[in-house]
Amino acid sequence: MSGAPTTLGVASHGSDSEQQPRRLKPAVPLADRIFHGVAGAAAGMSLLIIGTTAFFLAWNARDALAKTGIWSFLTGSVWNASVGRFGVGGLLVGTVLIAFVALLVAVPLGVGLALFVNEYATPKFRRPLTSAVDLLAALPSLIFGMWGLFALQGPLVGFSQFFADHLSAIPLFRAEHGDGLSRSGFIGGVVVGLMILPIVTSVTRDVMSQCPREQCEGALALGGSRWGMIRSVLLPFSRSGVVGAVLLGFGRALGETIAVTILVALTFNANTRVLTTGGGSIAELIATKFGEARDIEVSALVAAGLALFIVTLFVNLAARSIVRRSRSAQ
Amino acid sequence: MSLKEHVRVVADPPPVVLPDPAPVVIEDVPRSPRSFATIDLIEYGISAAVGCIASLLLCLVLDWRHPLTFVLWAGVAMFVVEWLLVRDRTSSIQATDRVITALVWLAASIAIGVLGWMVTYVVIKGAKGLNWEFFSTDLSKVGPLNPGGGSFHAIIGTLEQTAIATAVAVPLGILTAVYLHEIRGRFSPVVRFVSDALSGLPSIVAGLLVYTLWVSTGHGFSGIAASMAYIIVMLPIITRTAEEILRTINPGLRESALALGSPHWRVVLTVVLPTARAGLVTAAILGVARVVGETAPALLTTLGSASTNFNPLHGQQADLPLFVYKLIGLPNKVQVERAWTGALVLVSMVLFLFTLARFISNRGTRRLGGKR
Repeated sequence: MSGAPTTLGVASHGSDSEQQPRRLKPAVPLADRIFHGVAGAAAGMSLLIIGTTAFFLAWNARDALAKTGIWSFLTGSVWNASVGRFGVGGLLVGTVLIAFVALLVAVPLGVGLALFVNEYATPKFRRPLTSAVDLLAALPSLIFGMWGLFALQGPLVGFSQFFADHLSAIPLFRAEHGDGLSRSGFIGGVVVGLMILPIVTSVTRDVMSQCPREQCEGALALGGSRWGMIRSVLLPFSRSGVVGAVLLGFGRALGETIAVTILVALTFNANTRVLTTGGGSIAELIATKFGEARDIEVSALVAAGLALFIVTLFVNLAARSIVRRSRSAQ
Repeated sequence: MSLKEHVRVVADPPPVVLPDPAPVVIEDVPRSPRSFATIDLIEYGISAAVGCIASLLLCLVLDWRHPLTFVLWAGVAMFVVEWLLVRDRTSSIQATDRVITALVWLAASIAIGVLGWMVTYVVIKGAKGLNWEFFSTDLSKVGPLNPGGGSFHAIIGTLEQTAIATAVAVPLGILTAVYLHEIRGRFSPVVRFVSDALSGLPSIVAGLLVYTLWVSTGHGFSGIAASMAYIIVMLPIITRTAEEILRTINPGLRESALALGSPHWRVVLTVVLPTARAGLVTAAILGVARVVGETAPALLTTLGSASTNFNPLHGQQADLPLFVYKLIGLPNKVQVERAWTGALVLVSMVLFLFTLARFISNRGTRRLGGKR
């Protein structure tokens, strides 16, 4: 090193401007540049997919939207292809209702399951339990729907009857005598809730396991009960993460298609009495009507898909950013 | 004690047995508080009995007939009695703890019970129609009301569509993960953001996109259109899992390879990716398992058919989820039975892929030192 007469720093003593460190220009070899380019192009595919989705859905939806108008499309509850009048207002209500019922099922079960795996189960059972939850996530929506229709619907109608009998003071749970209770938004919502259970569980579990162990043990060492520890340490720590997990599950529930199609009878009017037959979601509308749709109706279905896309996009991104923030702010 | 004995002991000292240098095991989670002592179990028993009796009385007095009503009120009464009992013996803090413990156990057993119920239900319903004919024939020559026929056409379709989707999505996903974690290019935050957005995309919207972009522009329904939709569904799953895997790799490995002067691409291709191989295979398999059962995009892109179509590039093609979905809605019993058998095949595929993924990732982590 000493042999080579270096100019580093020697020539630059006088002037202020040259006191800056010399700027190094990294020589990236050509092969590396190609490699980076290829990987970058692959990464760009995701961008391309989102971009084309937004653009082409909007482009194909323009016919139907121009004919009915955006506002009446979002608020109306009519689907008449021969006249060319379309509105998904009722289905928007149905979509949110189903997702809401799903959350009522998935959040208590998911948070309970996450607590069980992290705090209650012995370490030996932790891995099998995690596998079981992941497996639940891997089972197809179709299987959930079939099982829900053939096996779960009977008991669930009993639940519906129970709620209708005991909670009819709440308008949501009202059902008149003689109203059908099968193929209702409630039944679809419960099954969708079981489908989003794994994602709520795994995200909640992930966030909870970031909680500093010393704090939990400190709470126990002070004589707190396990629930005391969970309530005063674990839940406050993971609150925002749980909110993110719930939102993530909500986003999934909004877009769930096949199970809802199998389980819920499609009606276009908003059915806010969630225990009675009828309801449905936008995804169900697309899956059901697509086979017989022509021209303008296809465009209307694409418009419905666009609405679904935008809603799930925002819910999902909000959820992800909450989860990310709660993960990094430990 | 005699002198002789002393001498013997001195003369023949017992061999010194060093205690085994047992590794000091520090459990990452200490033993948790106990909740199933005998007295606790007795309390559970008493409260269950009292709850049942109370609920029975309530049902008799108010003339509620539905058995579920009884069960639900019994549950409510049981928790109340449990809380009161424990509070009497210890304190209200303990009582709340106990009730919550029971509720958490209940939540966990419901979730696991649902999984078990569903899988057994599909197996029982589907096992009836399982025979060689189901795998070797299609539905083109079978009348709708006749027994026989099978899902050969659907299995072929599923295999081809999934294979095409995997062949595209796996390299794409791994390269994206490499971009996100190894290269950390200027656009990584954007790509991660978009990947998040894609992972929440409803699969039916993916189908709708392929329909508007490919099917309706004159290419027609085909297997490859379904593959395209599957790619959109798979890509974020593989990207995310692969990135998580790359994150677990010891950075020292990468840095020493770079310090030895290898170019970046060689470091990634010959050091990073081979080290992560087991995890990457797992990521791919999980992506495949997700896509095998996707029905909604197939409904919009390949439309299904009753006869065998080997060519995924042209013409309608069936696949397994579509086969099941179309038959389950039909009123006739033979068709519904076929659908259940198809569902069983589908579930077995998913289970097989899932177990395979677990197996590979377990073996991989063991070789890497068992740490993850």
